[in-house]
Amino acid sequence: MALDFSPVWAGWPQLLKGAAVTVEVTAASLLLGCVIGLLIGIGRLDPRKWLIYWFCTAYVAVIRGTPLLVQLFILFFGLPQFNILLPAFVCGMLGMGIYSGAYVSEIVRGAIQSIDRGQMEAARSLGMPSGLAMRSVILPQALVRMIPPLGNEFIALIKNSALVSLLTIDDLMHEGQRIISVSYRSLEVYLAVAAVYFVLTGLTTIALRQVEVRLRAGGMVQ
Amino acid sequence: MSSAPNAAAPIVRIRDLRKSFGSHLVLGGIDFDVEPSQVVVVIGPSGSGKSTFLRCCNGLEVPEGGRVEICDRTLVDNGRLLPDAELNTLREEVGMVFQSFNLFPHLSALHNVALAPRKLRGLSREQADAEAHALLAKVGLAEKADAMPASLSGGQKQRVAIARALAMKPRVMLFDEPTSALDPELVGEVLQVMKVLAGEGMTMMVVTHEMNFAREVADVVVVMDHGTIIETGAPEQIFTEPTQPRTREFLQAVLNRG
Repeated sequence: MALDFSPVWAGWPQLLKGAAVTVEVTAASLLLGCVIGLLIGIGRLDPRKWLIYWFCTAYVAVIRGTPLLVQLFILFFGLPQFNILLPAFVCGMLGMGIYSGAYVSEIVRGAIQSIDRGQMEAARSLGMPSGLAMRSVILPQALVRMIPPLGNEFIALIKNSALVSLLTIDDLMHEGQRIISVSYRSLEVYLAVAAVYFVLTGLTTIALRQVEVRLRAGGMVQ
Repeated sequence: MSSAPNAAAPIVRIRDLRKSFGSHLVLGGIDFDVEPSQVVVVIGPSGSGKSTFLRCCNGLEVPEGGRVEICDRTLVDNGRLLPDAELNTLREEVGMVFQSFNLFPHLSALHNVALAPRKLRGLSREQADAEAHALLAKVGLAEKADAMPASLSGGQKQRVAIARALAMKPRVMLFDEPTSALDPELVGEVLQVMKVLAGEGMTMMVVTHEMNFAREVADVVVVMDHGTIIETGAPEQIFTEPTQPRTREFLQAVLNRG
């Protein structure tokens, strides 16, 4: 049987619209993931603050130890039992943000812990409270080191976002399935969908490399 | 004991300071006083506890026994460190200079110096920058104000670090091997800045291997070994007629090295 790509050409605007939704939901999730990750990551720095430490450690364990799809379904199909009805896009963003937050927290923690101990000692020796030292001395240095792994997280999240099609969000995957449902050309359409995902992750990779080159040139990353 | 501070009272008073890392004893009961404007140089073989001793004086290390009083306050008493808020204000009065400089690499020389005064002393950006400029000029780095730490030599970095510590207007300065990480030709410029400070009457506690600096600048030389002070005295006495055989051995080893 010959390949017939005509449904792909005909459905191209639809796929692009879906790709835009994919980028939107992914970017919103990563933003939320960064906020959550920053809080959870900082919460795991000091085991002596045991309540915060254990809450954050449990968060990472549970979120990383369960499938994203199950988490998304709990939000979308589970919460309505308590009359909490969230729009599909919000569920997708929340679910992926919560999920991504667990991974980002490890990036945050790793970057902060990679900053030389002497930096905190110098700041504290000047009389800075630990919060101020964190904000004005440690985090600015750690943020630069977070950018490359955050880029990888963004790429992983783009791919994982295909799952939100199951929450009726009209993302790239969902638009592809819609084209298939009328054309029955699964192979051709899924190949096209894969190609668009590949372009999205590829563009992100290139953009990231630019950022890294610039950071390196500025002497901010070793 | 009188509580009113007066000029004759020691500015640092250390009693029975004890500290161990695990089962390894680092400080085995140290008693020592520093008078205002005194320059105290602490020498001794590596691993003798000199740095730990110094770091106990601003709470970077917490001794498990004994007492440190500094700038009219009790920093630590029997393993209990001052609460954080008071610790922070006390640290503003106790400047610290590290062996590895620990400059903030994301800030220019000027902003390394100006950061803490702006955030902690409530100075405006203009005031803080003006004071920082003056301090950089004092350590001979006026023209390096906008340089990033990565572009400075070791000696320049350490001079910026000294300016940064001075920016909080400390009453006591602690120097933890300030020249040990420097190439030999850069040691002099840092010691020169420290000499000027000593000449201005700054109270200083200096851990160093620079015996000439100790000889020229110190009011008191403290010799440490195995976590205790084995000898204290004026530099001429320590360097010409040490009473302890271990002091003699140490000095011989150090002085023959150069």
